[in-house]
Amino acid sequence: MTSMWWLIIIALGMGVTGLAAFLWSLRTGQYDDLDGAAERVLLEDGPDETGKDCRER
Amino acid sequence: MTCCAPIDVQAALGDVGQPDTRLDEIRLASRDLGNGTRQTDLSVPGVHCAACIAAVERSLAKLPGVEAARVNLSMKRVAVTWRTAEGSPPDVIGTLRSIGYEAHLFAIDQDARDPELARLVKALALAGFCAMNIMMLSVSVWSGADANSRQAFHLISALLALPALIYSGRIFYASAWSALRHGRTNMDVPISIGVSLAFALSLYDTIHNAPHAYFDAATSLLFFLLIGRTLDHVMRERARSAVAGLARLAPSGATVIRDGRPLYVPVSEIEPGAFVLIAAGDRIPVDGVVVHGMSELDCSVVSGESALRRVAHGEAVQAGIMNITGPLTVRATARAEASFLAEMVRMMEAAEGGRANYRRLADRASALYSPVVHTMALLSFLGWLFLTGDWHVSITIAIAVLIITCPCALGLAVPIVQVVAARRLFERGIMVKDGSALERLAEVDLVALDKTGTLTLSRPSLTNAQEIPPSVMEIALGMTVGSRHPAARAIADAASRGTGQMMAFERIEEVPGLGLQAFKDGDRYRLGRPEWALRGQSPALGPPTSISILARNGEQLALFVLEDRIRPDARETVEELVSQGLGVEILSGDRETVVSGLASQLCIHDSKAELLPAGKVTRIEALGRQGRKVLMVGDGLNDAPALSAAHVSMAPATAADIGRNAADFVFLNEGLSAVTDALGISRRSRRLIFQNFALAIGYNALAVPIAVLGYVTPLVAAVAMSLSSILVVANAMRLTTGRRLT
Repeated sequence: MTSMWWLIIIALGMGVTGLAAFLWSLRTGQYDDLDGAAERVLLEDGPDETGKDCRER
Repeated sequence: MTCCAPIDVQAALGDVGQPDTRLDEIRLASRDLGNGTRQTDLSVPGVHCAACIAAVERSLAKLPGVEAARVNLSMKRVAVTWRTAEGSPPDVIGTLRSIGYEAHLFAIDQDARDPELARLVKALALAGFCAMNIMMLSVSVWSGADANSRQAFHLISALLALPALIYSGRIFYASAWSALRHGRTNMDVPISIGVSLAFALSLYDTIHNAPHAYFDAATSLLFFLLIGRTLDHVMRERARSAVAGLARLAPSGATVIRDGRPLYVPVSEIEPGAFVLIAAGDRIPVDGVVVHGMSELDCSVVSGESALRRVAHGEAVQAGIMNITGPLTVRATARAEASFLAEMVRMMEAAEGGRANYRRLADRASALYSPVVHTMALLSFLGWLFLTGDWHVSITIAIAVLIITCPCALGLAVPIVQVVAARRLFERGIMVKDGSALERLAEVDLVALDKTGTLTLSRPSLTNAQEIPPSVMEIALGMTVGSRHPAARAIADAASRGTGQMMAFERIEEVPGLGLQAFKDGDRYRLGRPEWALRGQSPALGPPTSISILARNGEQLALFVLEDRIRPDARETVEELVSQGLGVEILSGDRETVVSGLASQLCIHDSKAELLPAGKVTRIEALGRQGRKVLMVGDGLNDAPALSAAHVSMAPATAADIGRNAADFVFLNEGLSAVTDALGISRRSRRLIFQNFALAIGYNALAVPIAVLGYVTPLVAAVAMSLSSILVVANAMRLTTGRRLT
């Protein structure tokens, strides 16, 4: 019987982790620009977050 | 949105002649991030793909003073943070324009993040997490857990359901409570009652170790409903931000003369008595009196008049008017809050009544639905109590009735259809502000159209181009090519299509209020007002159409007839509306002759001309009292109160800012066919909504007897609920796959 309790706790724990991860990603603005994120992958050496590398080059 | 996005805001807007944005305006519109760093938000409708992102970000980052530039592709915006020693901003808009991206400033207040959406998504996430874990436990219970583990599972479920009910359910409770407090019911009332009762009874049952608990039903109900609500919100937000991203027509600041020096200040800081400099191509920021200069003004946005008005010293001008030819100095007579624009806002607020009284279909349905359901639950409780005397069984059955009839499908029936419809409209370049606008549009039986800017493009075009010899066209093109006067642009446009050649002049000057003057080889060419070009001799022609004459040394070379261009599809749209049995009427502020001329051209029988803004409102209110449901289509400042007063309203993207905000629909395309498109889609979605209602109610009619007889277990309830929701969503999707309305 105890193994079942462990399983339930593990299952719920995983669920809570997923929920927390989702809320964190929401708060850090990772869903603000979904289209942009998809396109940025294609940039070969795109400017970083600050765009600085372009000026230094 | 991909590179092949069907809507290109910029292409749709065309070259409307956006006023140039000054650096001072960029500074005013920027936000202070501290340390002298400021952030400017730009709307760049032209970004489509990775290459665009790279081009925009790299060229902005190269500008001196720019610290970072970040494109948001979904919103089509660029956030630029900059810091310069002297505090003057880098020319971000000019830079973007030079690499081929049209950009305009985004007001600060429009930038605020949407807290409502974040709240909905969080509620949705929590409800989803709880519902899924409870469902996992419920499946073990249904597959036959023994009594002890069953009770333990139910207890865990109760613990999981509690946060979902409190946090996610609060959205429904709050809405239900505010409806009840105003003596009304809406869809959220039966939802709240059903969910809370189900939870309370299940908790009671769990404590007494009963076999059934409805935690899964309660939480998954919340989850499903929140999906519909979030989608609805996302769609509306998207339309709202697309509208907000359009170029603003009114400037946020103006140059005033203070202590003898020009100074750029926000419009709100202009005091009465201040002298305001207005360059050619700028809009007048506040009401005032011309004290210096002479120019022609485009009043179409303010009065609906298509012909340009000449002003000189001592004449009053209203906020919102575009100055076309010469620079003016205007003495302000009112603050921005008391100007013409503000008067329109007040009239809009006064007119808002009619639309606010509209009750949404879902709420009207639930007003009929919830009393029936609640009576049925009560009757089955009393019936079972009378038959068995066991009050616990009776309550269980009453709750089962409530849960099975809980309007899950009804709650989804409307928003899902409207989300799909709004998406269809979005693809066609029509933004809908909220779902109720779609419902109201489907009821329309009369269409009132503004003339200037709505039926016409508010841009003159040359009507007699083929009568003019190419050699003259070359002269005309050479003279007009640099001018921003609408008549000159129309001539240049027609001339450049007819001839590739252009005559080069030694000197070209624009004489405000009169026309263009050019010199070559000792000859003086004039293009403009007949009496000026011909040196006092006036040709024998009446003034209904606008005429420009090209003359060499006072001798007439050609006569240009200019007319306001009718919007493409205007005629077809009007015919289509009439054939659908809708009344069509023109409400215009322009002169009677012009309006009736256009009306006969478009075969419209009812037209009202020379209406003041209040006159349009009065007309629409009178129609409303006769029981007509009016769709108002208009673009000007003078239409804004009428747009609010009408049952439902549409505005083109080129409309004044205030008109765009007042309208329920904003269309980006140049053609007027957006009106019939929107009507067609709204009617189809109304039909689908009714089908969905019928499906949901029919479903309940089947399920209720089973529930009343006491055969509903949590398993049956869960399956029934999910099935009805899927059915309703699938029906709504038919709007996307259905026949194209072309």
